Amino acid sequence: MSEQKKTFEHVIRERWCKGCNICVAFCPKQVLALKNGKVTVVQPNLCIGCRLCELRCPDFAIEVHERGKPESVGIDAAHRDYGISPEAEHD
Amino acid sequence: MSESMKYFREQRLPHIWCPGCGHGTVTGALVRAIARLNLDRSNVVVVSGIGCSSRAPGYLDFDTLHTTHGRALAFATGVKHSRPNLKVIVMTGDGDCTAIGGNHFIHAARRNIDITTIVMNNNIYGMTSGQFSPMTPKGMIGTTAPYGNSERSFDLANLAIAAGATYVARATAYHATLLEDLIEKALLNKGFSVVEAVTQCPTYLGRRNKLGTAVDMLNWFKESAVNIKAAKAMAPEKLEGKFMIGELYNKPDSEFTADYDQLVAQLQRKFDNFQGGVRECAQNSD
Repeated sequence: MSEQKKTFEHVIRERWCKGCNICVAFCPKQVLALKNGKVTVVQPNLCIGCRLCELRCPDFAIEVHERGKPESVGIDAAHRDYGISPEAEHD
Repeated sequence: MSESMKYFREQRLPHIWCPGCGHGTVTGALVRAIARLNLDRSNVVVVSGIGCSSRAPGYLDFDTLHTTHGRALAFATGVKHSRPNLKVIVMTGDGDCTAIGGNHFIHAARRNIDITTIVMNNNIYGMTSGQFSPMTPKGMIGTTAPYGNSERSFDLANLAIAAGATYVARATAYHATLLEDLIEKALLNKGFSVVEAVTQCPTYLGRRNKLGTAVDMLNWFKESAVNIKAAKAMAPEKLEGKFMIGELYNKPDSEFTADYDQLVAQLQRKFDNFQGGVRECAQNSD
């Protein structure tokens, strides 16, 4: 029986994305596209997990996670409450 | 990225850099290299001067110093000298490091003090709207060179090697994985390490010189960068107009703070055993 194909999911921090198109242009499988000036995942099943988008993103706005792999414990900016202003948190 | 996210001051992001600026890629590579080495946040000091690149420490959750123009290495030398157990990283730009900070740079390299310097070379003064810097290639247009820059540019890697740095490497924002590996090696090197990170400035250098978007500029790096290992097998005429990337120099030598501590210990031994007398005392007078 062949090994099950790895699948990946993308975490996009839309607030940080500036729409520079670097991730879209250098994705070898055309997984990503720009929509209204922000990056979106259009074909997540084609992703091979090369992480070139994550490595080259100048805004730390995209992350690739392998499905079924335990997540490392850490702050994930994708689930942050951006309703709170940065100044309020800064002491 | 998620495991390296703890090294960011997230409440300060998104950063101030222009869309497509390569400085973010370099900062990301540094943070990933630090995460790979699992350095303690309280033992790392990041120092910067003035310029676009020097905004980087503001987004990093270490002890950080944003100092005067060109003096990042001078401040870093002070930090390292007083607390040699700290890991000191300098993030500087091409204008900050090679123009106003040129003297600090060569003397830090000469001393071989254990500082890792990351020079984000975008070939222009981005923050002040695109004046030409000592790293602007000949013929390129800047605000202060509207008909093209007529000066020759520095080869920063060779300058660092000649001045005495013990680890010198170069990569570009396109070669992000290589950059990460080189920064990791530079952090491990005991001595003055220089990593020149060539980044794109689509707003000023790119627009004025009609180099296109950030993607076009990254493709330009891809075409004109040759790995030093590959370059050895290439004909010299094929290397014209190209620049080398990879580990350019790595030759460990005696480190400044270690030598200084040794000297202090030696003198302390000498004066602890001091029994009195005129001749020895004269040496100790100030």
